[in-house]
Amino acid sequence: MIITQLKDIDEIYEMIKPYDKILIAGCDGCCQPPRSLNEAKTLGQLLELKARTESKDLKWRAITVLRQCDDRIAATTVKPHAENYDAILSLACGLGVVMLNKVIEDKLTFPAQDSHFGGVQNNGENNFIEYCEECGDCVIGETGGVCPRAGCAKHLSNGPCGGMVDGMCEVGGYTIPCAWVRIWQRLKAFNRLDLFKKYRPPRDYRTSTSPGYIPIYKEYGNEEEEEQKEEAKT
Amino acid sequence: MAKRPAFSQLCKAIEEGHFVFTGELEPKKILDLNEIFHSAKAMKETGRIVAANVTDGPQGDAYMSSLVPSYLIQEKVGIEAVWQVTVRDRNRVALFGDVVAGAVLGLKNILTLTGDHTALGDHKKGRAVYDIDSTQFCEMLSIMIDEGTDYEGNELEGGKIEMNFGCVANPNSNPREPEIIKVGRKVEQGVDFIQTQTAFDIDEAKNFLKELEQFNVPVLLGVFPLKSYGIAWYFDKFIPGVSVPKDLLKALKKAEKDNKGNKQGKYAALDKINIEFFNPFIEEIKKTTKAAGIHCMAVEYERLFEPLLKKYPKYV
Repeated sequence: MIITQLKDIDEIYEMIKPYDKILIAGCDGCCQPPRSLNEAKTLGQLLELKARTESKDLKWRAITVLRQCDDRIAATTVKPHAENYDAILSLACGLGVVMLNKVIEDKLTFPAQDSHFGGVQNNGENNFIEYCEECGDCVIGETGGVCPRAGCAKHLSNGPCGGMVDGMCEVGGYTIPCAWVRIWQRLKAFNRLDLFKKYRPPRDYRTSTSPGYIPIYKEYGNEEEEEQKEEAKT
Repeated sequence: MAKRPAFSQLCKAIEEGHFVFTGELEPKKILDLNEIFHSAKAMKETGRIVAANVTDGPQGDAYMSSLVPSYLIQEKVGIEAVWQVTVRDRNRVALFGDVVAGAVLGLKNILTLTGDHTALGDHKKGRAVYDIDSTQFCEMLSIMIDEGTDYEGNELEGGKIEMNFGCVANPNSNPREPEIIKVGRKVEQGVDFIQTQTAFDIDEAKNFLKELEQFNVPVLLGVFPLKSYGIAWYFDKFIPGVSVPKDLLKALKKAEKDNKGNKQGKYAALDKINIEFFNPFIEEIKKTTKAAGIHCMAVEYERLFEPLLKKYPKYV
């Protein structure tokens, strides 16, 4: 899931303040906690109340869509509704907000929340924990399924560091387990300490340099054909 | 890999078989280095402390960079520096640049560290770098020193860097096995020496040193004389993984209480406690383990050097 947090209501209000009519778009996609129709309606009510304290009459409508980050879905579901509104407030992750800005070119779409990371709810506990930072160079095949990048505050390739105390991490006040101790425990349990002992050379950060760009043909193996096309063009 | 020559006084002294001592200097948020020079001078005068570590932003705080004080204690005081370099604040490009600059300034020892996270320090909003980790930094230094190139193999004009470098090991680590394996990875990447985090428990320290013997790299065990009860309490409470023995804490507290208003008396009492604890501790390490020496982190506690070290022969 994409773990998100709603922005402060004052911050959201400041963004939409110049507009009289806003469309609040929920997203049924990957956000956790869910940001769907109910959440969009609640947000609309809160903003309306906030506007009233400033003697302003804010008009709003709440909708939700399957996935805001899909350009076809955005174009066929959000765009037609947007026509009667001055601006859009999105309850999707950052992908959805950017997509609505792209598809609905004549209106500004504002983010109602901050997107944090790819993660899950932590074993039924009242918190979310990061599992993946989409680094473009997956190593968890060598680390017992525990990611040392999303899981380690220092992104170490050869941990643990001296900040580990009793299996816990110095960042977060020793409340979060050290990823490298978890890696060691997992690999030891599977009798694969050979993987733990292995030295890992520095990461190639080109795989995660922004803006990310991957030509689709590479994935599907028709690279040669595409190269020939490129050559023919030049 | 053939063993690297001893370029530094520290590594030479170890090679010659001396039981060596290193000290520690902590440039903080300061402009004036006089206190650092004063401490460094006291270390040099002992004739037993061969080199002084210069810390690099401990606890993630924004302090004076370690490069210039390392150079200045060598130039002005004449004691060799163990230049501490963390990978917290610099990417591989900046690390290369700093190491070459340090080499030009005549620095001979680097201690590689990961560095306490910025989230612990006084600039919590800052971005921690950690482009390469401390093990990879060891590999980078090996390449720079042994091959005479940068990390990517581009030639460094003017010859090879003549430096030795070490890594840190933590005797308080729990669980211990991943820590030992990690040290093994660093040894594989060519470290010349190991300095440990501070140890107070003699049995645990001895066990740890025994486990490190497999790597065949000289180890300097860290000890931390406690200048005051406040420092001991802070160390016990806030330094990760270190606990000061309860008896020691109690004795220090009592010494300060009994000598309220009597500065000289308090100093004498505190020194006595430290000497009674650390003298037999160091002696036991020297006699019963293969440790190459002691890394004595008596920061700003110069008056302890003489009584603590007088039984060991001068070699510097």
